[in-house]
Amino acid sequence: MKTLRIACGAGFADDRIQYGIDLVNYGEIDYIVFECLAERTIAEAQMAKVKNPELGYNKWLKYRIDPILKKAKEKKIKIITNMGAANPLGATKKIIEIARNQGISNLKIATVTGDDVLEKVRKLDPIILENGKKVSELGFEKTVSANAYLGSSPIVQALSNGADIVITGRVADPSLFLSPIIYEYNIAPDNWNLLGKGTCAGHLMECGTYVTGSYFADPGVKDVKGLDSVSPPICEFEKNGDFVLTKLPNSGGEISTRTCSEQILYEVHDPTKYITPDVIADFSRVKFDQIEKDKVKVTGASGNHKTNTLKVAIGYNDSTVITGQVSYAGFGCVDRAKLTAEVALKRLKRFNMPITEEKIDIIGYNSVFEENFYPNYVIPNEVRLRVAVRTNTNDENTIAFILNEIRAVVGHNGSASYGGSEWDVKKIIAIKSTLIPRDMIEHRIHFMEV
Amino acid sequence: MNVKYLRDYAHCRAGDKGNTSNIAVIVYRYDNYEMIKEILTPQSVKKFFKDRIKGKVERYELPQINALNFVCHDALNGGVTRSLSIDKHGKTFGSGLLMFPIEKNN
Repeated sequence: MKTLRIACGAGFADDRIQYGIDLVNYGEIDYIVFECLAERTIAEAQMAKVKNPELGYNKWLKYRIDPILKKAKEKKIKIITNMGAANPLGATKKIIEIARNQGISNLKIATVTGDDVLEKVRKLDPIILENGKKVSELGFEKTVSANAYLGSSPIVQALSNGADIVITGRVADPSLFLSPIIYEYNIAPDNWNLLGKGTCAGHLMECGTYVTGSYFADPGVKDVKGLDSVSPPICEFEKNGDFVLTKLPNSGGEISTRTCSEQILYEVHDPTKYITPDVIADFSRVKFDQIEKDKVKVTGASGNHKTNTLKVAIGYNDSTVITGQVSYAGFGCVDRAKLTAEVALKRLKRFNMPITEEKIDIIGYNSVFEENFYPNYVIPNEVRLRVAVRTNTNDENTIAFILNEIRAVVGHNGSASYGGSEWDVKKIIAIKSTLIPRDMIEHRIHFMEV
Repeated sequence: MNVKYLRDYAHCRAGDKGNTSNIAVIVYRYDNYEMIKEILTPQSVKKFFKDRIKGKVERYELPQINALNFVCHDALNGGVTRSLSIDKHGKTFGSGLLMFPIEKNN
């Protein structure tokens, strides 16, 4: 066969809709993968699904799929995505509706389920990786979701059965990209080196434009041309595991050894042990060669035997966070911001509010790093105060009192010459992780045809 | 004296996993790789970020791409999903480390 071309249509939940359209039109691709799940996305989607059982999948799904479905079908471009989030079957239903509305037929859609393991986690009560405690100590009643990171096998199975579109919930990000490589080149499930190379390609692609100039451009030091017309990456994968990363012709941004060198280590700890459900990939000897402008050849990745466990992300109701913000400018602006923050905290203490954590940030002065962290530090012209407090109470009256106090002090009762106050209250769903034996997780594939 | 910073020799990217941040440092020219490696140690990086990194720091070396990877534990104020910080992901760690002062011995 000719070289396999896989594109990344989205690198995060809210990525640009236009990428998919451009890639399908001009990418000369065989597959398009939309990676749309962050750590917490499924837990939040689960909450949306509880409110409305029809929802719980990616909110941009119809906007992404509607403009490309017909063209993708004509061009035989297959679509793989984790936009199913907490409701993959709901996402599929939406796609079927889009297909019918456009008069598209002969479309085979595979939906992967089985990543939702909340009941199993409640039964197994495994140890939480972050704190060594059992899930029951966190409180089963607090848990809202538990999703195992599935690997490539359900997607490969779906493609083998002729699926044009594969919709999933939680699947490890690189596995979304590795699946078509395994399927097209018929890679054995224990060919660890090739699986490592495919995982390397997936890892470099999964964040979309992070490898083509976004999160990279730094004027005067790392100038990137045409960031406003940046294209996500396209991978040309060879049977022997070598691959080339490129992007759409006439697009902005860049694919270079320097962009690849940053992305290969993104969210990686030990580069010899990048663990996915499919393989323990080894990126430690990866090499990049700029073979021509915006074409980088990647070699040297390898792999080792996969683990016996799968990672599970557990979403739970953690706390409530209340924030208030207000700006100050001119002489004494930092001191005025400090005074307002001090007033807020004093009053919350005076009324014995159950605050478990607080953070005072003076944006422009000490919000990211502590004050005087910067060399050649200068006093700012203006700052923005942000007061954030956490409470574990569920009592609505108490939460209302705290919010009222924060809102009152950033909006009326603080120091002189304040501007642009805002306030917010948020229920926090946090994530902890655990490992559960691989053989306890069974995926299911549902085929539907339009 | 013309003070130099890491930004003059390298570029960086920070990533997050739970409460751990990793900062990749890519040295522009291999000529400077050993010099930067000598200066940027797990100890010196932890000291530079002061209270921001509460746990240990580990370093991995990828000389073929001029890279060092610093893995900083307990550095994200509880992690992306519950941190009270503005930069919950700690993505600014990358540009933060570029302010590391570099004094050449030779």
